[in-house]
Formats: sequence, C-alpha cells, structure tokens
Amino acid sequence: MTLQILLNNQATALPEGATVAVALAQLQPRPPFAVAVNTVFVPKGQYESCHLKTGDKLEVISPITGG
Amino acid sequence: MNATPHSDDALVLYGQRFQSRLLLGTSRYPSPAVLEAAVARSKPAMVTASLRRQGSNAAETGSDFWALLKRLNVPVLPNTAGCMRLQEAITTAQMAREVFETPWIKLELIGDDYTLQPDTLNLVEAASILIKDGFQVLPYCTEDLVLCQRLVDVGCQAVMPWAAPIGTGRGPVNPYAMQTLRERLDVPLICDAGLGLPSHACQVMEWGFDAVLLNTAVALSPDPIAMAGAFADATAAGHAAYRAGTMQAQDMAQPSTPVLGTPFWHQSN
Repeated sequence: MTLQILLNNQATALPEGATVAVALAQLQPRPPFAVAVNTVFVPKGQYESCHLKTGDKLEVISPITGG
Repeated sequence: MNATPHSDDALVLYGQRFQSRLLLGTSRYPSPAVLEAAVARSKPAMVTASLRRQGSNAAETGSDFWALLKRLNVPVLPNTAGCMRLQEAITTAQMAREVFETPWIKLELIGDDYTLQPDTLNLVEAASILIKDGFQVLPYCTEDLVLCQRLVDVGCQAVMPWAAPIGTGRGPVNPYAMQTLRERLDVPLICDAGLGLPSHACQVMEWGFDAVLLNTAVALSPDPIAMAGAFADATAAGHAAYRAGTMQAQDMAQPSTPVLGTPFWHQSN
C-alpha cells in the first residue's frame, strides 16, 4: 500500500504510514531547510512523529536571496 | 522635530543596537561576488533573505547562498515575500525562524500582485500573532498613519512604510504622509521599498526616518558596489542633517554676506 502526496508540488508515492522523516529521506534536501504540511509549519523535532496521508502537500524550503 | 532618539546615536530595534542605518537586500545582483562586495562597501545593519523550494532558482538558492550569508557576518532579516494569505505569512515566518535561527522577520503580506501593495487589513493581525509567538516583527506597510499606529498598538517596535511600490525606484510619492508619520509616531521608522536614488534615502532620513531598506536600486545599478556605498553615505548624511536641525525656508532672499561696510553698496553715478 502507498499514499500519494505532493512533495514540493511533485506527485510522490510513499509507503502507507509514512512520516515527514520518510518523505525527507526520499527528497534528500540540502540543509538548512524547513518543512510545512498543508501550509502548517512542522518543527524539525516533529519529523518522526508527523504522519502523512494521501493528498497532503509537503513543502520543503531553503534560503534564497531576498529584498 | 529634530529630537535625537538615542544619545549614542545607534539605531535601536527591539533593544538591539545597530551602528548602520542601512538595511540591504540580497536579490538580483549580477553575481554573489558583487553582492558580497556591495555588503562590504556599505556595511549594512542587516541583510534580507527569503525562502523558496530548493531548485526553484538554482543561481540564488541553496548551500552556496547559505555559505555566502555566513561569510558576510551580518545579521540576517528573513522576509515573507510572496505571501498573500495570513496563514502563509505565519507559516513562512515560522519556517524562517527555524532556518535562519533568528526571531527577526520582515513581515510582507501582499494584497495586490500588480502594485505589491500590502494587505493592510491582514497585516495587523499577522503582526499580532507573530509578536505573541515571540517574533521581532518589522512590518512592510504603507505610509498610512492609522495603519502604522495599529501595528505599533499590537506590539511592533518599528514599522517599515514604503516610499513607493517595490522595485519602482520612484522615491517618496507621498512626502506629506511620510513626514506626518515622524511627527506622530515615536517608534523607529524604516523606509522600505521604492527608493531609487541616494538622494531619496537622504531625503527620508532628513525627515527623521531612522533607517532605509533597499535592494533593487543597488543591485540593478551598473556598478552595484559603488551604488551601495553611495546609499550608505547618503543615509548617514540625511540622518546627520536631521540631528543637526534644518533652517526654516522663507520666501524673501537674505544676503548671506553682511552688507554693512560694502564699499560700493547702492552707489549712484
């Protein structure tokens, strides 16, 4: 069984019961980064405990130049 | 009108002292090396940065930019640029706090994507939520007096009214309102957005603004390093003029050289 999420706007399949930590292991973003699920911030201390479900939108963002 | 806010003349924001009154954006420079040199030349109090998905702009994001920020050794002011909804701005601020390890946030909440005019109604609520969550909020806002007062009322210890829409370089389009802000508000005022020339920065500092935040006018100059220096000098000059106090303008001419004893004064043939 898999669940389908949008990971940085890309359709992504994850194992049923996957957490944010599992999704990040698949994406392997370069640090530093921060995460939000369905526009709600997920602190790094909650990556292992935050379970995902089909349809979730997970955003992983990093520093960029800005004004 | 020409009160000196701090005896040692440091810019003080949320209790933290800064020796520079220039805040500099990091976007749109020809290269990271030019950005680095512009920062070295202008010695800003803070540099601004933002957050995006990795790979969304490979030239300006990722570990290289992070390494550059660390090398600059200047406090970073993250922004919530691009956010158009209250929850987006709150979440982006929380993500920025974790990434940049700072409670400082330049709160941008855009209400109109053509003019990039702030959503002033939601801005006050967003500022209130973030301040209660421990953030040190610098809100990008319009020059509306009542809006700025409301931002102060919810706990903003400084406000950042625009001079003109972001990236236009038009300079102050509403001098009356900006000068009224200085007369009516006791918190630090940072002019954010719309400055195109060093004289614009000097002008708002002469009116009593405490600092300026700019990006495009430096980054898009043919010589960003020299322009960064020009803005730093102009900002300091305007502040020095405000502290010195200005003469009253008047309609009638007055000779600056005494006429008493002039040898040929009003001599007839």
